Amino acid sequence: MIKVENLSKKFGEVSAVDDVSFDVAAGEVFAFLGPNGAGKTTTIKMLTTLLKPTSGSIEIDGLDPATHSNEVRKRFGIVFQDSSLDQDLTAEENMDLHGVLYHVPRKVRHERTEMLLRLFELWDRRKDFVKTFSGGMRRRLEIARGFLHTPKILFLDEPTLGLDPQSRNQLWTHVKNLNKTEGVTVFLTTHYMDEAERVADRIAVIDHGQIIAQGTPDELKKQTETDSLEAAFLALTGSSIRDESADSADQMRQMAKMWRK
Amino acid sequence: MNAIYILWLRELKRYTRSRAMIVASLGQPLLYLLVLGFGLGPVFQKAGNGDYIQFIAPGIIGMSVLFTSVFSGIGLLWDRQFGFLKETLVAPVPRVAVMVGKTLGGATVATIQGLLVLAICLIAGFRPVNWLMLPVALFFMILTAFVFAGLGVAIGSKLQDIQGMQLIMNFVVLPIYFLSGALFPLNGLPSVLSVLTKIDPLSYGIDALRYVLLGTSQFAPEISVAVLGVAALIFVGLGSYSFSKIQL
Ligand SMILES: Nc1ncnc2c1ncn2[C@@H]1O[C@H](COP(=O)(O)OP(=O)(O)O)[C@@H](O)[C@H]1O
Ligand SMILES: [Mg+2]
Repeated sequence: MIKVENLSKKFGEVSAVDDVSFDVAAGEVFAFLGPNGAGKTTTIKMLTTLLKPTSGSIEIDGLDPATHSNEVRKRFGIVFQDSSLDQDLTAEENMDLHGVLYHVPRKVRHERTEMLLRLFELWDRRKDFVKTFSGGMRRRLEIARGFLHTPKILFLDEPTLGLDPQSRNQLWTHVKNLNKTEGVTVFLTTHYMDEAERVADRIAVIDHGQIIAQGTPDELKKQTETDSLEAAFLALTGSSIRDESADSADQMRQMAKMWRK
Repeated sequence: MNAIYILWLRELKRYTRSRAMIVASLGQPLLYLLVLGFGLGPVFQKAGNGDYIQFIAPGIIGMSVLFTSVFSGIGLLWDRQFGFLKETLVAPVPRVAVMVGKTLGGATVATIQGLLVLAICLIAGFRPVNWLMLPVALFFMILTAFVFAGLGVAIGSKLQDIQGMQLIMNFVVLPIYFLSGALFPLNGLPSVLSVLTKIDPLSYGIDALRYVLLGTSQFAPEISVAVLGVAALIFVGLGSYSFSKIQL
């Protein structure tokens, strides 16, 4: 379903993704496990038509995202790592807009919106503007929205970042369910070992833009001669702490707030 | 089709909900109208050009249409910074539909803004020579709004930060405004200035409004329609192109 060969992306001198190859079979749950700045988001952006690779090839359901972007977009759904909501619309309006963009028929749209907003405990706040929501609520809305339509492939970029345990649970239950009943292929990224182990059929450990190990959780443990995935992960990536440099987008958001007053 | 509609509706909702912004954006034209209208009026009259309020009202309407439509396109910068742009860029609809929805929305909002400013001008004492021509004035506002909504999207697709936005404001939007003859008559200008005013699409939008509302104009109205139509096609085309090339 996803086939990636020798994929690289350079931002100037920085190799964000460096000669990465992997395959994800239809119906599989595949996890990209790696520390901050490893290149997970950049890979997802290239898979989802948002960014053009520097070199290498990608096939999504047999199609190249760079040349058949619109066909490719019809095949996947995605939950982004950072916000992609319209803060000046209400929760319900965000859901509705998404449903229209993804061609979900009106009736189904309304039913599923209610079901999902209830599931993620946002139904009572559906008429409120997203800008009045807490970080956790926004995250929940983002995820609820991602489940509004059922794609062939679901991309989840660090979906549990900032989620409370209950919502995490809802999320993974839902993902597993979709995977089982509808055969949705799932590509997720995370830096939590336990999550990867819990949901993924196969895991690729990525660091500094390169895949350093690939296999089922058990294979990874065997390979590193460790008894937990956490130990395996540390054995593979070392224990130095990675910092995501505070990016300019954050500063912009601050400024934008001032401007809008 | 539904995608275009929902994105158009989004622009409209964002506009009507920002009451404070609407008031603020009406304050500026009002200030121009009052300060320039009453301040420069006597000088203008002495120079034998007639009533200045009558003269600048179409210019101020044009200004509002320009600012509102360009800024709706530049709003892509906010969509980019707040992340919403990603949502539309991965959606299974042609990017051109997304762009058209945005442009239609921007043009609609700019036209509404133009009508509001027209109302303000009427309150301030502006009188069109022929009230029956108001629908034609509306037509020219819409055409002008499309030109600059397209330009706004073309620019907004490229913008990465606020500094860029300030550059655009100072080196694109304000020159378009000041060179358009919004504030002064286009005849008898030094030749360099005269050429610049003639390549500024807004000149034709405002001149056409003067034709419709005052019965006097620099260019033939057919010429204005043609220039505005072509400019709209070019800028909306340019906007679609640069929008389709966005990478995040
Ligand atoms: N637009 C960009 N311009 C320059 N560098 C970038 C850009 N996006 C990501 N990077 C860099 O690429 C590397 C990988 O980032 P990313 O894919 O976001 O990592 P992850 O999602 O695994 O945390 C980081 O070093 C990051 O700073
Ligand atoms: Mg990331």
